Amino acid sequence: MQRDQFSIGNTSGFVHPVSSDITPQAVYLQRRDVLKRLATGVAGSSLATWASREALAQPKKLSPLPGQVSKVSGASTMDKLTAFKDASTYNNYYEFGTEKSYPALQAETLVTKPWSVAIEGLVKKPGRIDLEDLMKFGAMEERIYRLRCVEGWSMVIPWVGYSLSEIIKRAEPLGNAKYVEFTTLADPKTMPGVRSSVLDWPYVEGLRMDEAMHPLTLMAFGMYGEVLPNQNGAPLRLVVPWKYGFKSAKSIVKMRFLEKEPVNSWGRSAPQEYGFYSNVNPLVDHPRWSQATERRIGEDGLLTKKRKTLMFNGYEAQVASMYAGMDLKKFY
Amino acid sequence: MQSLLRSLFGKPQAKPFIFVLCTLPFFYLVWGASNDALGANPAEYLIRATGDWTLQFLCITLAVTPLRVVGAIPELLRMRRMLGLFVYFYVSIHLLCYGWLDMGFEWIDIAADIAKRPFILVGFTAFVLLTPLAATSFNQAIRWLGGKRWQLLHRAVYGVAVLAILHFYWMRAGKSNFAEVIVYGTILAMLLLWRVWNKRFARH
Repeated sequence: MQRDQFSIGNTSGFVHPVSSDITPQAVYLQRRDVLKRLATGVAGSSLATWASREALAQPKKLSPLPGQVSKVSGASTMDKLTAFKDASTYNNYYEFGTEKSYPALQAETLVTKPWSVAIEGLVKKPGRIDLEDLMKFGAMEERIYRLRCVEGWSMVIPWVGYSLSEIIKRAEPLGNAKYVEFTTLADPKTMPGVRSSVLDWPYVEGLRMDEAMHPLTLMAFGMYGEVLPNQNGAPLRLVVPWKYGFKSAKSIVKMRFLEKEPVNSWGRSAPQEYGFYSNVNPLVDHPRWSQATERRIGEDGLLTKKRKTLMFNGYEAQVASMYAGMDLKKFY
Repeated sequence: MQSLLRSLFGKPQAKPFIFVLCTLPFFYLVWGASNDALGANPAEYLIRATGDWTLQFLCITLAVTPLRVVGAIPELLRMRRMLGLFVYFYVSIHLLCYGWLDMGFEWIDIAADIAKRPFILVGFTAFVLLTPLAATSFNQAIRWLGGKRWQLLHRAVYGVAVLAILHFYWMRAGKSNFAEVIVYGTILAMLLLWRVWNKRFARH
């Protein structure tokens, strides 16, 4: 049985039943090379868009960041991976513009070194941790998660990181810390979107403590076997796969432990549309469109029907117990 | 300048030339769709692009009369019907893309969407309002209806402009991304307000 090529020192644990579905790193690197060669080899301007998209996807070489196979239940979906090209050029990162293509075009200005994350609020060990130290808090794992945007599209991305609980445990939250709030960098000098008022900056998100401590909740430092591209939320970002994508805050500079539920940025912007929990739920419509279906980027062809959205984005077995007895129409 | 424009728009080749120009966005979208050049989410791109082109042609069509009057270029009038029909063409493709790519031609789902979602209802109403305008665009229809009634019917395009902006605004509402809505809204408001001003104040 084929083992995927970025496992290091895999011991007894999780083995993909259909590991052939996971694109080995060598293969997708090869695919990218093929695309690059095609794009640069043709003189016609007709491929210029494609070429520039491919070029933009990797404006600079990204350092490798391998991760071992994860033992966490649900950590590796069998779904087909989204192409790196799509995952890195179709982004909602309003700090770099409101069009999907803008973050890839403009995020070069993001400065990711030096970087540190402040730990504040109801914890025994507040402080500021440098990125280099943070990266050692847990063993890097490869987590292949579905990402479902509230807009109705989805991707499958091989993140590299470790469970957020590793960071929380070291901060030693106090008994009355019920929520964790995450803050994204908001630097008007390097982020053109922050100079606009499309959202109240800085971007803020939050999780209930049990959600934050859940093994699936990931602090990601890389994707596709490399460090994060800027437009994907470098140098570290949250990934909460059973919630709509906007909950997965990018480029995190602060984690604050609170007693009361924080107000997240999209909830502040349009409270009737975006709630705190924002669990992926085909039964709870968005006010302006249904959430029953989604378009899987790159896989569902232009004329294919959209696919059915799964309860909790397919992570029901792992997370549903946290919401037992909760009215999810009320707590959207 | 004015005489140059008059002679250009007066040429018999002017109409077919502008016709071809108006079809270029359509052909670009067809090419883009078949060559995977529309980005990661081509269905969303198509629905949005066809909506954009509908709005742009609406602005162009509504600009014909002010330009004709202010610039004293009566030859522009020759283009107005064709431009108006291109508004209908692009809105039909927009609706087709929504019905096919977004909804897979599930008529029950589409009907439910129209009933449930204000921005889709408003958009669909604009389309319904535009249909009799397209249907009565040919010369025989003007003769059947009589000039005055035809003109009254075609004033509905002002209502279409308002509905189109409302549709676009509501579509963008949850994302607080209003820059383009404001641009189109301002242009259309100016084009409509010009008519009010022209009626009240301009000397004839």
